[in-house]
Amino acid sequence: MDKVLFGDNQFFAVNHVSDEKSRAQAIRFKDDSSIINVLDQAIDLGITTFMCTTHDRIANICDHLCADMEKYKDFKIFPCMPYAHKYANAVTELGIMGTIKQYVPGNIFGTFAKGGMAYLSKDFGKLMEIFIDAEMKMFKGIKTPVIFIQNVLVDMILGLRMYDIFAEYDEYIRKKYNAEPGYITMNMPALLDTLNSIGIKNPIICSSINKIGFRMAGGLTVYEKYLQEKEFRPIAMQVLAAGALGPNEAIEYLGKFPRIESVLFGASSKSHIKETKSLIEQYL
Amino acid sequence: MLKGGIIGLGKMGISHAAIVGAHPAVDFVAVCDTSSLVLDAFKKYTRVNTYSDYLKMFEKENLDFVVIATPTKYHFPMVKYALEKQIHVFCEKPFSLTSKEGAVLVEIAKRNSLINQVGYHNHFIGTFRELGRLLKANVIGEIFHFTGEAYGPVVTKEKGGTWRSRPEEGGGCMFDFASHVVNLIQEVIGRPTKINGALLKSIYSKGVDDAVYSLMTLENKISGVLLVNWSDETYRKMSTSLIIEGKKGKIICDATEIRIFLKDANEKEKLDKGWTTKYITEFALPVNYHLRGEEYSAQIDYFIDNIINKKQGTYNTFEQGFYTDVVIEMILDKAKQN
Repeated sequence: MDKVLFGDNQFFAVNHVSDEKSRAQAIRFKDDSSIINVLDQAIDLGITTFMCTTHDRIANICDHLCADMEKYKDFKIFPCMPYAHKYANAVTELGIMGTIKQYVPGNIFGTFAKGGMAYLSKDFGKLMEIFIDAEMKMFKGIKTPVIFIQNVLVDMILGLRMYDIFAEYDEYIRKKYNAEPGYITMNMPALLDTLNSIGIKNPIICSSINKIGFRMAGGLTVYEKYLQEKEFRPIAMQVLAAGALGPNEAIEYLGKFPRIESVLFGASSKSHIKETKSLIEQYL
Repeated sequence: MLKGGIIGLGKMGISHAAIVGAHPAVDFVAVCDTSSLVLDAFKKYTRVNTYSDYLKMFEKENLDFVVIATPTKYHFPMVKYALEKQIHVFCEKPFSLTSKEGAVLVEIAKRNSLINQVGYHNHFIGTFRELGRLLKANVIGEIFHFTGEAYGPVVTKEKGGTWRSRPEEGGGCMFDFASHVVNLIQEVIGRPTKINGALLKSIYSKGVDDAVYSLMTLENKISGVLLVNWSDETYRKMSTSLIIEGKKGKIICDATEIRIFLKDANEKEKLDKGWTTKYITEFALPVNYHLRGEEYSAQIDYFIDNIINKKQGTYNTFEQGFYTDVVIEMILDKAKQN
């Protein structure tokens, strides 16, 4: 994995500290071309990995990348699925079955044979595969060496103790996509213990890592212990703790943990991207 | 270890199930839902016992507490049954379809000395806690007016289907979205006692409201407006905020930040003259397990701690949930007059 992973929150008005900033981002990135411009700037600065959700608009970005493969030949995407709000809003409005019907391609009970059978036989593994395939469709033709499950889902499976789902996911991602499975979580220590307990060794885990312990469930001390002692491939996100930390002190802190392989960050301006990238390269 | 069960495995129920399942003091033993798909997933992947009939669940399992996250119309019979069986109850919001039902539940919980809580999770968001503290400390002086708002993209197309599109079952923006804001206003600023005007609007839905606009007066004579719209896709997810105006300043608060404007500096609170902005990073409640937002874990942790300590909490009691239902009825009555 690259040390620097460029994220997409800023493009989709995800801002953890301010609804107002979030609105400003929605206005700025109204057009796909404005997203592509920032991506091109990141690429100019030497960034080659884009870690993004399976938001509807990412499909347009993928089309753009595919249309100019020469320019983007070294560019990789780490998809993170699913874009949770899409489903959460659908569940509120349509219920769980209604949501499955809406998002599984074709008609689950009929035309889409694999899905219909999956439902009838209550084959949840198959149902998961269908959802993964549906979400992965937009990345066809693009390199996706690591494929993540979003924290909402990872943490839900973790809490429900439905651990076999992790094993099924892990196997399917390796087999079908020839990619490394990744896990985003707000509960890194508990997740790592769980994955190890079902035989998943040295997993890629993306979690909040910052020196004030923001969104690090279990607490800073346990996180630091795991980062120092356990065998896994950590990616740090929310390193600025939603703006509470300055970039220099935040990334310098990450330098204390040599095991951290990559840092995920998003920015909208070339100068910010440049600054953060050079700090990551300096300290990691 | 406390034995816990959950009835209703929709969006909130599944989220509660994960939080309860991850709680170190709980043995999560049973779930109940009418969807065989969801129950089969629990059967296949967990050791939790599954039921499609809540009476059977109560009969077979020796539960210490239950989380009820069914459509609102089922709250009354389920909560009542649990309370009569001496089981502590966490019930999703809104509490009940009518305040008459809610009053009965408040009374039984009190009589049986059971820990009771309603799922108005905003009280477990650090910024709203801080807002309550600042208002108690009187930092903006005498309050004269407030604005309580919530917007989100739930119904953005003309269609409907689930119980949420049926008003008699607790569907619509008033029950679902606006109840959160009413409850926040009620507990942080003061209890509404008079509805001066109310409009319920259907935008895309048929039969239920998608927006609620109301002018109200609180027990402490403060006036305010309630502005809620769940058909607003300029918001990525539900966004709730309160603006409080006082003679010495103003506070704007949402789930991520709190902005304070003061006419004069407040040394005790270390607040400058003019604007001060504070962020959730400073106020987030610590949790051992995080799903979707710390407030969801924090409210369940609080409920479980109260059971262990045998002491009813002060946040989100049934009585508070009941009072929110009373205000909802007042708003609905006023809207009907128009």
